[in-house]
Amino acid sequence: MPQAYLPILLALAVAFALGGVLLAVSWVAAKRTGGRVKLSTYESGLPLLDRSRKRLSIAFFLIAIDFVVFDVEAAFLYPWVTVLREGGWPIFWAVMVFVGLILIGFAYVWKKGGLEIVTRVANRPRGLSA
Amino acid sequence: MSHELLDALAKMGFWLALLLQVTPIMLWVERRAPAMMQDRLGPNRVGPFGFFQAIADVGKFVFKEDFEPATANRGLYLLAPMLALVPCMTTYLVLPFGPELEVAGRTILSVVIDSDSGVFVFLALASLGVYSLVLAGWASNNKWSMMGAIRASAQMISYELALTLAVVAALVPAGSLNLQRVVEQQMDDRLLGFLPAWGVFVQPLGFLVFLVAMFAETNRLPFDLPEAESELVAGYHTEYGSMRMAFFFMGEYMNMAVLSALAATLYFGGWSLPGLDLTQYSGIVPGLLGMGILWAKIGLFLFLYVWVRWTFPRFRYDQLMRLGWKILLPLSIVNLVVVAVLVISGRI
Repeated sequence: MPQAYLPILLALAVAFALGGVLLAVSWVAAKRTGGRVKLSTYESGLPLLDRSRKRLSIAFFLIAIDFVVFDVEAAFLYPWVTVLREGGWPIFWAVMVFVGLILIGFAYVWKKGGLEIVTRVANRPRGLSA
Repeated sequence: MSHELLDALAKMGFWLALLLQVTPIMLWVERRAPAMMQDRLGPNRVGPFGFFQAIADVGKFVFKEDFEPATANRGLYLLAPMLALVPCMTTYLVLPFGPELEVAGRTILSVVIDSDSGVFVFLALASLGVYSLVLAGWASNNKWSMMGAIRASAQMISYELALTLAVVAALVPAGSLNLQRVVEQQMDDRLLGFLPAWGVFVQPLGFLVFLVAMFAETNRLPFDLPEAESELVAGYHTEYGSMRMAFFFMGEYMNMAVLSALAATLYFGGWSLPGLDLTQYSGIVPGLLGMGILWAKIGLFLFLYVWVRWTFPRFRYDQLMRLGWKILLPLSIVNLVVVAVLVISGRI
């Protein structure tokens, strides 16, 4: 029954209300002064040297893809937990086949270096070890 | 208004009254506890034992100018700190804090949402936390924020896997996603005749994986790479100040508290204490006592956070990802299989 989950909406409203009240207090109490330099992007005290939204390492993309695969696996395991005791070995082996298939993929990703964050070792200055 | 809604509101107020104390108390503990560990005094001038230092901090946050960087993406920049508060202020709804209560002839459950998909709701709401970091980093339009946000999101989703699989294994003995069933199962059974059947004794490996993943999920040392000040200024909240910055702190501390509560519920018997039967009391006393026991366990976890922070140095980022993917994830799968085999063969 969906109305049992109504408190989630209430709690969300409370969270946003609390945040709003605190921000309002701060907005009223705090002194504000202008300044073009103050509002500029922070660059450790220097004039802006760099763009903020630049290219990222492909490794982060691979991590995200791996996450989706494993999270779907975990989502399948939750209903399995509730029937495991009555279901016994047939249920256990059915899911183990599924986990095994995922693990083969995991081993492949691992072997291919898909889990490595440092990928461009060749570009490092000499004398620095990984 | 119906009785159910009023009950829910009362229980939520009970939780929030305690949860909102966590940030000021932890601000104080995080100064005094490391001072003790490093053989120095720490702030001790404001109030008894320096306790009002936390109130001075709050005052400072309130009176600071809340500016927005000129190049920021305004809507998302304002939304991100709010979203930091949302997950930790909703997840407590499925955590049980006592046995069934008999008040004025009615039976009241000591949990706000008595759901058979309780843990699922918890994890679904808790994983919303990553949006706050990513939006903060993106909307600030600052390279430090952006890099911190990318690191943070990769770290959180990586350790979420280990955490989720450890939680699955912790649910196997009870065979239910309802956390009240999990607590009852730990309360009723005995291991080897004397040990309480707490999850930590049944699956120590699972608890270890959960503990490490819990530290990484809350971005605490030794996993605070998203805000590593020596390399990233302040990470995703570089461009935040005043109350908005305080929201990220509040979110972090309350998140630590609710994840500690989940750890206590899954691995340390939740609101129950071996040898103490809470149902012998009448009225709302069992609920109050249960809440007290649960928060005592949460308090121990919170102290562990501080203790670990001042004990272990920070990881390097590639070491962090290696630990998550190549060690914790396989370990959590091994733990799950072992627990499942033990349960099916009737050992637990």
